[in-house]
Amino acid sequence: MTQTLLSLRSVSKIFHVGTREVRAVHDVSFGVAEGECLAVVGESGSGKSTIANMVLGIYPQTLGEIVYRGNALPARRDLAHRRAIQLVQQNPLSSLNPKRTVGASLRLALDVHGIGDKAGRWDRVGQLLEEVGLPADLRSRTPAALSGGQRQRVAIARALACHSDLVVLDEPTSALDVLVQARVLKLLDELRKSRGLTYIFITHDLSVVRNIADRVAVFEKGRLVEINSTDRIFTDPESDYTRRLIGAVPVVTAEEQALRDQLMEKENADA
Amino acid sequence: MTAPTLRIEDLVLKFRTYSGMVDVLHGISLHIQKGERVALVGESGSGKSVTARIVLGLLQSLRTARISGHVDFEGRDLMAMHDAERHRLRGTKMSMIFQDPTSSLNPVYTIADQFREVLSRAEPGLTEAAARQKAVAALTDVAIGEPERVLDSYAFQLSGGMNQRVMIAMALANEPSLLIADEPGTALDVTVQAQTLRLMGELVEKHHTSVLFISHNLGVVREFADRVYVIYKGRIVEHAMTRDLFENPRHAYTRALMSAVPRITGGGIPEIDDASPDFLAPLIVHEGCAEPGAPV
Repeated sequence: MTQTLLSLRSVSKIFHVGTREVRAVHDVSFGVAEGECLAVVGESGSGKSTIANMVLGIYPQTLGEIVYRGNALPARRDLAHRRAIQLVQQNPLSSLNPKRTVGASLRLALDVHGIGDKAGRWDRVGQLLEEVGLPADLRSRTPAALSGGQRQRVAIARALACHSDLVVLDEPTSALDVLVQARVLKLLDELRKSRGLTYIFITHDLSVVRNIADRVAVFEKGRLVEINSTDRIFTDPESDYTRRLIGAVPVVTAEEQALRDQLMEKENADA
Repeated sequence: MTAPTLRIEDLVLKFRTYSGMVDVLHGISLHIQKGERVALVGESGSGKSVTARIVLGLLQSLRTARISGHVDFEGRDLMAMHDAERHRLRGTKMSMIFQDPTSSLNPVYTIADQFREVLSRAEPGLTEAAARQKAVAALTDVAIGEPERVLDSYAFQLSGGMNQRVMIAMALANEPSLLIADEPGTALDVTVQAQTLRLMGELVEKHHTSVLFISHNLGVVREFADRVYVIYKGRIVEHAMTRDLFENPRHAYTRALMSAVPRITGGGIPEIDDASPDFLAPLIVHEGCAEPGAPV
């Protein structure tokens, strides 16, 4: 049995909008095992990004606790925690500094966390780029001079630069063309297996989830509707909401269409 | 036989840049018959959106663009028209739906104001009351339950799905013969996307509107289009009825694209080879899909 790396225990998040209270996340509990890829899916407003931001410590939860390797994480994270839990965002063009070379952006991560000796860091940056399938001499370019897929690889390299063990991936391939998306997904999958990384993969794209996640947590309006193995979610989901989500995915093959029809039939029979 | 709603023949587009001419479209041909839904599918940079812009007449006046070839709209030569004539067609005989509905609506005018502007392009003397009445009817058509409330709202007060439906209603309000839909609903949740596509499908069927559907999403294309052109680096590489294309993709590029789509039935992350020279192989046209007037 693998160890639980991170768990949320009765976590809620309340935002104050004017005089109103908005409960973005409602009493959510789940765990992520070490080395696992857990997908967090749901529509806009389901609370999936709020969960990511709480895990990263961007803002604290209102109620409940987030436990990492057996210890509750404080509201203010120290350097070691920030180093261990990293983020890859949807749009690398806005997450990478446009005025810096990508080498400088990667080096900053090494400098902040004091990784390696100063003299060797520039070489390390080149290695990091090679580890994500890019040529080392790309380090002297700015993000604007790279393609979308290359930029996303740089963002992944930066998240891995400081030997993190949990990576929160927030729609990492949604902005990419399908051929590029497949390559980036492959890279993410290989890195996870070769380095024993743990992923929280946030997305609304269920076809991607089907092929990369071990387990899936489905959210609706801030509540955890269902959490189960990927196989189970896609063949025999418990909730109607999950069925509806899968039923709306645009598909390209007859087998997929059959699966969708089967799930929708079940929903209509239940209704 | 009547002229196709849209017929493009050997369209070439080049842009002049500081470092010389850049070829964007290498002579593409396509046509759309009345009431037909035709998809142009390809990756970013393949030339699908510039094709739409030429049809709308938005690139012709750009000084850095060099365009040659024929674009006929309902039998009339678009390329020979004056800018003013093309301007008169936009919003009346042809209209467009964009990817992100919320940013394509003006945030400082109410939906009612924007609707009236759209309607008065076809009927310049339209009174406010008559425009409102028409707008209510158009919004009811797109399954908006409280059209009066929506009309008095601003785009930012409505949800993305609601804005998308408002956009569809506006685009179809003047009963255009051609609707260009550029990645509609990509910015929306899948359930909302499915719903708006269904709605759009029903409406264009009702009004016999021809649709040029531009997308990179093969699944959406499969669900919406009757016929598909696959475009790669400014060249049409495959042309087929939707069903034939998905059952039996023949061009190397179409096959690569198709196999790169993750499946909800599983099977792992697709293996992708590097771009092969086969991707630039000549156009493959499936049976029964020739361009009008072309030798069979």
